[in-house]
Amino acid sequence: MKLKPVAYLSKGDFPLGEGEALALYRAMRRARFFDEKAVTLQRQGRLGVYPPFTGQEAAQVGLALALGEGDWVVPSYRESALLLARGLPIHTLLLYWRAHPAGWRFPEGVRAVNPYIPIATQIPQAVGLALAGRYRGEGWVVAVAIGDGGTSEGDFHEGLNFAAVFRAPVVFLVQNNGYAISVPKEKQMRVDYIARRAEGYGMPGVVVDGNDAAAVYLEARKAVERARKGEGPTLLEALTYRLAPHTTSDDPSRYRTREEEEAWRAQDPILRLRRALEARGLWDEGKEGELLAELEAEFTQELALADAAPEPRPEEIVEHVYAEMGPDQRRAWEALGRGLHLEEAW
Amino acid sequence: MVAEKARVLNMVQAIHEALDLALARDPRVLVFGEDVGRLGGVFRATEGLQAKYGEARVFDTPLAESGILGLAIGLAMGGMRPVAEIQFAGFLYPALDQILSHLGRWRHRSRGRVGLPVVVRAPYGGGVHTPEQHADSPEALLCHTPGVKVVIPASPERAKGLLLAAVEDPDPVFFLEAIKLYRGSRAEVPEGHYTLPLGRARVVREGRHATLIGYGGMVEVMLEAAEVAAREGVEVLVVDLETLVPLDEDTLLEAVRETGRAVVVYEAMRTGGFGAEVAARIAEGAIDHLQAPVVRVAGYDAPYPPFSAIEHHYRPSARRVLAALRRVLTH
Ligand SMILES: Cc1ncc(C[n+]2csc(CCOP(=O)(O)OP(=O)(O)O)c2C)c(N)n1
Repeated sequence: MKLKPVAYLSKGDFPLGEGEALALYRAMRRARFFDEKAVTLQRQGRLGVYPPFTGQEAAQVGLALALGEGDWVVPSYRESALLLARGLPIHTLLLYWRAHPAGWRFPEGVRAVNPYIPIATQIPQAVGLALAGRYRGEGWVVAVAIGDGGTSEGDFHEGLNFAAVFRAPVVFLVQNNGYAISVPKEKQMRVDYIARRAEGYGMPGVVVDGNDAAAVYLEARKAVERARKGEGPTLLEALTYRLAPHTTSDDPSRYRTREEEEAWRAQDPILRLRRALEARGLWDEGKEGELLAELEAEFTQELALADAAPEPRPEEIVEHVYAEMGPDQRRAWEALGRGLHLEEAW
Repeated sequence: MVAEKARVLNMVQAIHEALDLALARDPRVLVFGEDVGRLGGVFRATEGLQAKYGEARVFDTPLAESGILGLAIGLAMGGMRPVAEIQFAGFLYPALDQILSHLGRWRHRSRGRVGLPVVVRAPYGGGVHTPEQHADSPEALLCHTPGVKVVIPASPERAKGLLLAAVEDPDPVFFLEAIKLYRGSRAEVPEGHYTLPLGRARVVREGRHATLIGYGGMVEVMLEAAEVAAREGVEVLVVDLETLVPLDEDTLLEAVRETGRAVVVYEAMRTGGFGAEVAARIAEGAIDHLQAPVVRVAGYDAPYPPFSAIEHHYRPSARRVLAALRRVLTH
C-alpha cells in the first residue's frame, strides 16, 4: 500500500477556520521565540544543556491544539513547544532546563508530565495513563510524542501493541526529523514511513507533512476524536526537520550538510503558515510586530520569575524520594540542612 | 607491560587509542553502538575509527540498548569480539534483561561451551552537570550479575591497558568510564599495545594511619583528601580497586591491615552500593586488625540529582572524605 503524506498549505489549500489558524500561528511563533531565547540563555550560562526544537513547531503545536482540556500529554525531551502550547508556564520550563528543582514540579492543572530523558520509556506508560482515564470514567485522551530514533527501542513496539490490544485512547506522534543525534533514518529502520508499522499492530497509521501546521492539526484532531469515541489508538508520523543542533552541546556539521539544512529552512513551518495567513489578509507586518513585542514582554516577565526562584537547598536532594522520608533520607536531610554532609554530622 | 615512549593524553584519547589498537590487532574486534560511527561517539571516543576500519567493523546501530546487547551476545557466540558502547551507563537499564538473563549466564548455562568475550563500554558518574539519568553509577547492579566482570579505570594510562585487556578477556567485561575524567584527567600514556591485568587492585598512595578505598572518579577525590590529610601529619593509604568483579581481596585486606582503619568511597547511592560489599569483605577478612568501624562516603539514598546547583552535594568530595577519615581516626 502506498502512503502519501497529508498536506494542505503547499497545495494552496486552507482548511482552517480563522480562529484556529491564528491560534496555531501564535502558538508556533511563541514556541520559536522561546526556543531562540533558551539557546541564547544557554550560551550565556543561564540555562543548562538544552535540546532545541526549531523547525518542529507545527508537529508539536498542531498536536497540542488538537487536544481537549482534560487530555494529557506525555512528552519526550525535545517537546518544549508541546508543553508551552499545553499551558506550561514559561518560567517553569526555564527552571526545568535550568535543572532547578522547582521546575521539575509542573503546576497542578497542567495536564502534562515531565519530559522523559531515557528514550521511548514513556510509550507504555502513556498507554497505562490512557487506560486509567477509561477506568476512572474520565475519558481523557493521551498524546505522546517521540522522535524517529526512539521508534527503534523495544518500549515503542511493546507500547504500541498494548495500545492496540487494549484499544487505548492514545495518539502516538512520531516526529520524524530524519536523525537520532547523528544517525540518519536509513540506519535506524528499513521502511519508508514509520506510520506503516501501525498496520502491524492493528491501528491506523497516518503520515503528514510535519511542517504543515494545518495538516498536523487536522489529522491529530481526527486521531483524538477517534480515541475519544473509543475506537483506539492512532500512529501519526510528522515528517519534519530539526533546524537546530541535537542539543546545545552538539555540532551537526559533523553529520549533515548546510545544503540539506537550507533546503529544509525553505520549508520553515512558521513561514509557511504565515504566508498562507497573509494571502488571506489575516496577517501582516504590523500584526507580526505587535505579536513579537507581546512575546518579548511576556518572556521578560517570565524570565524574571524564573530568576527570582530561591536558590535550591542542598537538602532538596533527599526530599520526595518517598512520600514519607525514610531514616536514611531523614539523617541526610538534617545534615544537609545544617550545611553539613552525613559524614560531618555523625 | 611494554612501556615504550609515552605522551600526555586525556582519558578519551587513551580509550580511543586502545580501540584503534584493538581493531588493528584482531580482525574479530567490532566496535558499535549509538552514534559511534560517523559522529565518533558523543564523547568522541570512536572518532575516525569508522573511516579507518570501515563500516563493517565500526558501525552505528539503531537506538536500542537491548538490541545492542543482544547483538553483541550473538556476535560473540559466532566468534567475534564485540566492543559495544552504551551512550551513558544510565541507559543500560533497557538492556538489563539481556545482561542479567543472558550475557552473564551463557558460559554457565552451556557448561563452558559458549563463552562471551563481550566488552560493554559506558560513561558513568557525575560532576559535570548532565541531564537526568546521565550521571548514574549503576556498577552495583552489574556487580550483582554472576558471570560478568566490572572494570572502572581511574586514569588514562590505566584505561588504555585495562581496555585492551578487557577486549582480550574471554568473558564479558563492563568497562565504565567516569565522564568527569574523560577530559579532566591527563597523564603520560605509553605508546603501542600493552595490557594491564584485570582483577588487581592497586595502591596509589602509601600511608600508615588510615586506608581509603574507591575506584573510577573517586580516586582523584581520595587523593585530594589524602593530600590535605598529609599536611596535618596524617598518612593515608589509598587503594584504587580498578576491577570490582573479580575483586582483589588480597590487596584490599592487606591495605586495611596495614592501617587498621578504612573508609570506602563511591558515588552511587549509599544503600546496597558496592562500598557495602567492600565493607563486608573487610569485616570478614580483617576484623582482627580493625581499630574502628569501616565508614562509607557515598551518594545519598535518592536519585542522582540533575539539579546542577546542588548536585555537588550528592557526589562525595574531599571534604566529606576528610570528615569520614576524622571519624575513623578518632574512634
Ligand atoms: C535509552 C536511551 N538511550 C540513549 C539515549 C541518548 N540519546 C538522547 S537523544 C538520542 C537520540 C534521539 O533521537 P530521536 O528519537 O530521533 O529524537 P530527536 O532527538 O530526533 O528528537 C539519544 C540516542 C537516551 N536518552 N536514552
